[in-house]
Amino acid sequence: MVAGRTGPREASVKLLEHQAKERLRGVGIECPTGRVARSPQEAEKAAQELGPVVIKAQVPIGGRGKAGGVKLAKTPAEAHDAAAAILGMEIHGYSVPSVLCEEALQIVKEIYLGVTVDRDRRSMVVILSFAGGMEIEEVAENSPEKIAKLWPDPFAGPQPFEIRELVLRALEAVGGDETLPKGRYLAELVPVVQRLFQLSQQLDASLCEINPLVVTQSGQVIAGDAKIEIDQNAEFRHHDLVRELGPDASAATSGDDPLEVEARRRGLTYVHLGGNVGIIGNGAGLVMNTVDLVKQQGGSPANFLDIGGGAKAEVVKQALEMLLLDPAVKGVFVNIFGGITRGDEVARGLISARDELGLTLPLVVRMTGTREEEGRQLLEAAGITPAESAPEAARKIVDLVGVQGGA
Amino acid sequence: MSILLNRNSKVLVQGMTGSEGSFHTQEMLDFGTPVVAGVSPGKGGSRHLGLPVFDTVTEAVDATGADTAGVFVPPAFAADAIMEASAAGIPLVVCITELIPVNDMIRVRAFIDPRGTRLIGPNCPGLMSPGERAKVGIIPNHIANPGRIGVVSRSGTLTYEIIQALARAGYGQSTSVGIGGDPVLGLSFSDVLQLFAEDQETDLVVLAGEIGGSDEERAAELIGRGYPKPVVGFISGRSAPPGKRMGHAGAIISGTTGSPTSKVAALHHAGVEVADTIEEIVELARERLGAAVSS
Repeated sequence: MVAGRTGPREASVKLLEHQAKERLRGVGIECPTGRVARSPQEAEKAAQELGPVVIKAQVPIGGRGKAGGVKLAKTPAEAHDAAAAILGMEIHGYSVPSVLCEEALQIVKEIYLGVTVDRDRRSMVVILSFAGGMEIEEVAENSPEKIAKLWPDPFAGPQPFEIRELVLRALEAVGGDETLPKGRYLAELVPVVQRLFQLSQQLDASLCEINPLVVTQSGQVIAGDAKIEIDQNAEFRHHDLVRELGPDASAATSGDDPLEVEARRRGLTYVHLGGNVGIIGNGAGLVMNTVDLVKQQGGSPANFLDIGGGAKAEVVKQALEMLLLDPAVKGVFVNIFGGITRGDEVARGLISARDELGLTLPLVVRMTGTREEEGRQLLEAAGITPAESAPEAARKIVDLVGVQGGA
Repeated sequence: MSILLNRNSKVLVQGMTGSEGSFHTQEMLDFGTPVVAGVSPGKGGSRHLGLPVFDTVTEAVDATGADTAGVFVPPAFAADAIMEASAAGIPLVVCITELIPVNDMIRVRAFIDPRGTRLIGPNCPGLMSPGERAKVGIIPNHIANPGRIGVVSRSGTLTYEIIQALARAGYGQSTSVGIGGDPVLGLSFSDVLQLFAEDQETDLVVLAGEIGGSDEERAAELIGRGYPKPVVGFISGRSAPPGKRMGHAGAIISGTTGSPTSKVAALHHAGVEVADTIEEIVELARERLGAAVSS
């Protein structure tokens, strides 16, 4: 696994390999024949049908091979044993609910092909490398000279001539590749790239990756592995897909921090940081800065929790409730700068939440912005004194909670 | 003067009849912003907040000469709204909406760039030129303070903090611009820095970045090539762990990209002093500008 790549709080829905391959087949990209098995018996049956198979753990995270989640099985009995070993196994925090049993390929060449977002260019980018089989970041960071890129027009998609140029550049970047004749590469890769891009647009994917794209001994070009991540902001266009992911969607969250899973269920933007000062604020930048402030004062932030713009009283209460689920939290720092958020709403939410939850932990509130006077009056009337500034509030909460040794 | 927005701007608001659109259009009017029209498909011909409402942006432009659009429509319709404004010839579009799919924004850029439209946002607080009594977006009116500092930031609320801290020390802003917290944005730090460079009423620029992406590094390259005004930097999310998305869709450290150390180092390399706290931003500004002249 490449650090940072597949962190549990990526704002995307990750498809499992077999789900991703189903999508690839749907647009006409060739994939090995495979069966999903949830028991060793099912894996054995698949091998009887398919012959020698590769048994692959279905978890939404990279590095399965190194973790022992991929095994070759030449016979049904071997398939049974391999599945028995992999099912239920823990891979980077994800327990394996199912395996993909796939006909084993005679691999002679591995190519990297991906479609993802290029933030700097404000564009999608198609990445192709004949130094395949690596993670995208490894390719980009360690051998950027071995990859070729194409930034297609998002409306027209990549045109065949652009893809031919891309393939030629990618071949040149590795000093040529003789596995297939140049003409064959051009003919094979143009439709694959076009279809993968088309799929990325259909699914609102932030990542569509075939790695490796395999050239087999018989010269066939086929998807060895596939990774698809769908932009969470586009979920409203893909309710069917989210529903369809069904039982396996739970696999996509089982490796996550339980507090973060709970926060997501409650619709809150929350990141667990492990310290003892609970933090609630509005606006990502402000909450990030609040976390930084607590740290600068020698405190240890328990979390990042952004109640966002236009937060209503109920959201504030939910946020406070959420923090109290974390037993490590010894005090709460609420930092609200109102723009779209109204001070009186926040105050009402805080007061009712404190009363209903019977909160006894230290609570430091710093609040300003739209209707701040009303909000402050409400808080004062309820016996909560707001702090004047954010640094002052940070000092106060750290004093009240105490500096956590070494954290 | 100011950048992008002034007292002669003519602002229309897309989504003005919605609840957020109504609330913030009223605030914009109260501030003194020359808002001339609203656009809500199906509600053309009606009036709202004392302003005419049109079905399309083109109709609104034809009738009012609007040259700036504020977009307050829900995420599913926001990309369409931005493109409509661009196609109608509006040169400046400010999109407040958050949670727009990244693919939509990529299409938006491909659509508006050849038309020469400038986009601010999305997922941003908008912009405010206090001396011109003009704002588009949601920056609270009460923190406005006219002056000679340009502020450009990826955050909303953090920008307000900075503006307020500067105000307490007697410094106001020529224009404050929130460029937004999404991975795919309209104007970048570099774009806004270039505008501030040419603005005669801006003496110093505060650049408030955050983790994720490499817009701050790009801005540092621009400054390093020779920038005519002092810049004070700030990077939030310094204690954020890698791989965790800190609220903003764009605020994530992926591998070695987007780390605070890289951004701080790039800014230092370009000769930009980087403040550790908001209070330090004010101190650095004071060092560069001298004591504030009370206005």
